Amino acid sequence: MTDQTTHTPAGATTTRKTRETSGILGLKGRDITLMVIVLILTMAAPILLNPFPADSSLAQFNAGYPDLMQRFVIFGIFAIGFNILFGLTGYLSFGHAAFLGVGSYATVWMFKLLNYNILPGLVLSVIVAALFSVLIGYISLRRSGIYFSILTLAFAQMSFALAYSVLTPITNGETGLQVYTSDPQYLQSAGAPDMPHLFGVTMRATETIEIGAWSFTFNFGYYVCAIIMLAAFYMAIRIFRSPFGMMLRAVKSNQQRLNYTGVNPRPYTLAAFVISGMYAGLAGGLMASMDPLAGAERMQWTASGEVVLMTILGGAGTLIGPVLGAGLIKYFENIFSKINDGVLHQWFAFMPDGIEDLLVTIVHPFVGKGWHLTLGLMFMLVVIFLPGGLVEGGQRIATVFRRDRKATNVEDAAAKKRNAK
Amino acid sequence: MGILEVKGVNKRFGGLQALGDVNLSVKENTCHAIIGPNGAGKSTLLNCLVGKLIPDSGSVMFDGNSVLGRKPHEINQMGISRVFQTPEIFGDLTVFENVMIPCFAKRDGAFRMHAYERTDNETDIVDKAERMLDEVNMLEKRDIVASSLSRGDKRRLEMAMCLSQKPKLLLLDEPTAGMARADTNNTIDLLKTIKAKGDVTLCIIEHDMHVVFSLADRITVLAQGTPLVEDIPENIKGHPKVREAYLGEAEV
Repeated sequence: MTDQTTHTPAGATTTRKTRETSGILGLKGRDITLMVIVLILTMAAPILLNPFPADSSLAQFNAGYPDLMQRFVIFGIFAIGFNILFGLTGYLSFGHAAFLGVGSYATVWMFKLLNYNILPGLVLSVIVAALFSVLIGYISLRRSGIYFSILTLAFAQMSFALAYSVLTPITNGETGLQVYTSDPQYLQSAGAPDMPHLFGVTMRATETIEIGAWSFTFNFGYYVCAIIMLAAFYMAIRIFRSPFGMMLRAVKSNQQRLNYTGVNPRPYTLAAFVISGMYAGLAGGLMASMDPLAGAERMQWTASGEVVLMTILGGAGTLIGPVLGAGLIKYFENIFSKINDGVLHQWFAFMPDGIEDLLVTIVHPFVGKGWHLTLGLMFMLVVIFLPGGLVEGGQRIATVFRRDRKATNVEDAAAKKRNAK
Repeated sequence: MGILEVKGVNKRFGGLQALGDVNLSVKENTCHAIIGPNGAGKSTLLNCLVGKLIPDSGSVMFDGNSVLGRKPHEINQMGISRVFQTPEIFGDLTVFENVMIPCFAKRDGAFRMHAYERTDNETDIVDKAERMLDEVNMLEKRDIVASSLSRGDKRRLEMAMCLSQKPKLLLLDEPTAGMARADTNNTIDLLKTIKAKGDVTLCIIEHDMHVVFSLADRITVLAQGTPLVEDIPENIKGHPKVREAYLGEAEV
């Protein structure tokens, strides 16, 4: 027990060895792999998401258009941040959309007051969201469990209602906050673009490359969002691997023990709440940067619920899960919802008429406007069979493969032995 | 003057007087046992010491400072650690992380925003946690998720967690409750080693007389919320009042 003991415990040598292997930017082993995979996926997304030729019947499943890709990564940021609170500490906030909305308003205000450069707007969106989440977090975190969820929900709905009515001078109420020609824009210089830009390059700047039948769209706005998401993802990994992250997991695991271990859980949970609020504010700021409009409905409870779904669907408490969940839900919302009866008839056209109509009738409720039904069913299946989300599904598949490979390896070795004899 | 001084503590739950005028003095670096029949107020007393309950009146002084009105984590930072009746550990974390957390709490206090450090780069903490695990012979289980440990191992882990903070006072709430004989003996041995080092005060609540008499330097008998006697183990064994409290008057 004393610090002076000099004996080295068995096993210490091995850990010391692993400790010496230096990492890149403070990441090690599998985290580096994960980071590289996410880097490649986001950078190559315009290509990967457009696997079907532009004029084929499957082209409607292509998700590689700027608007949707931007949404993928923006909601990815939102979900990564939400996961720092929910995934690590277990505190389920139902009011994170409030920070998203606040971030959007802050950014649009910067457009109105300064100029269309997105940088000041993004900085302010994070700061404002941080201040706002300190306030809401400080009060809500006095309770835990369902009471915490209800408190956050109440605050978010309050913010929504205020933005809609009383705060109209700031939020422009129902119409939504937008930039008018009469706005001062004190820093707007003569030659600068009159739409959101980053040092002169507009968010809408797009390069389309045609390769054979395929067409790929490279959008500047998307890459701005993607790089910010990569930074956000990197910071999330660092938090997960830090003593701070470990304390947050300890909060989720056993708060009583943590209390009797001399740790005050309150500031830890508040810090996690504020960090995730800042992520949400950043996501809101990016939304407004892609489309300079901020409406109150962005703060509504359905938006808060959406990020909960994303996180749980992908895998709460895992690094990559929330990003996957965000991508999946946004894909469903935008692609699945486009499949209407006309498309279905086209698909089933090879069938006899009666069966074709029957199939269309059966599939109809699950696609198009009914995409929520499919999403709901999928969510139920995931929660029941894969409580760890899609990531758990991936892990299970990976273990099956690994076991197979191991088995074949053993067989090979045995065969070699036999042959040698 | 002991390290822990409890004076005139009263605690009432509605109509029930759980503690009535409890006085207790625990000398530094000794092992003090509190025994008594069910419902005697042992756990209530313990909860008053760690800040879970606040007594209605009286004073609890630890190392010259009052603990009353302080939060559990503040009391822990003063140097009081607690082992629970059912082991309280971080079930979702690995055994090693379980021991690292109290080490961090000891080094960094109740809160520190160390979000930019890597946990496995904190060499002093890692070394200390490894040494602690080695001391309770659990080093080979370091990467196991704590909830999958056996009951006895959970108890040992909890002890290691408490000891890694080098508490001045270690409170043990029935540390061998529900344990098999072998596990009980292991726990006694572990506690004896801790005691032999002479740098921690032990205060133990226990039903198992075997445990009490193999460890305690002094014993307080609690009955119906009031201390009956306080004496050395030899005198407690045959004390008429104690037999009365445990066995009822008819036996005397």
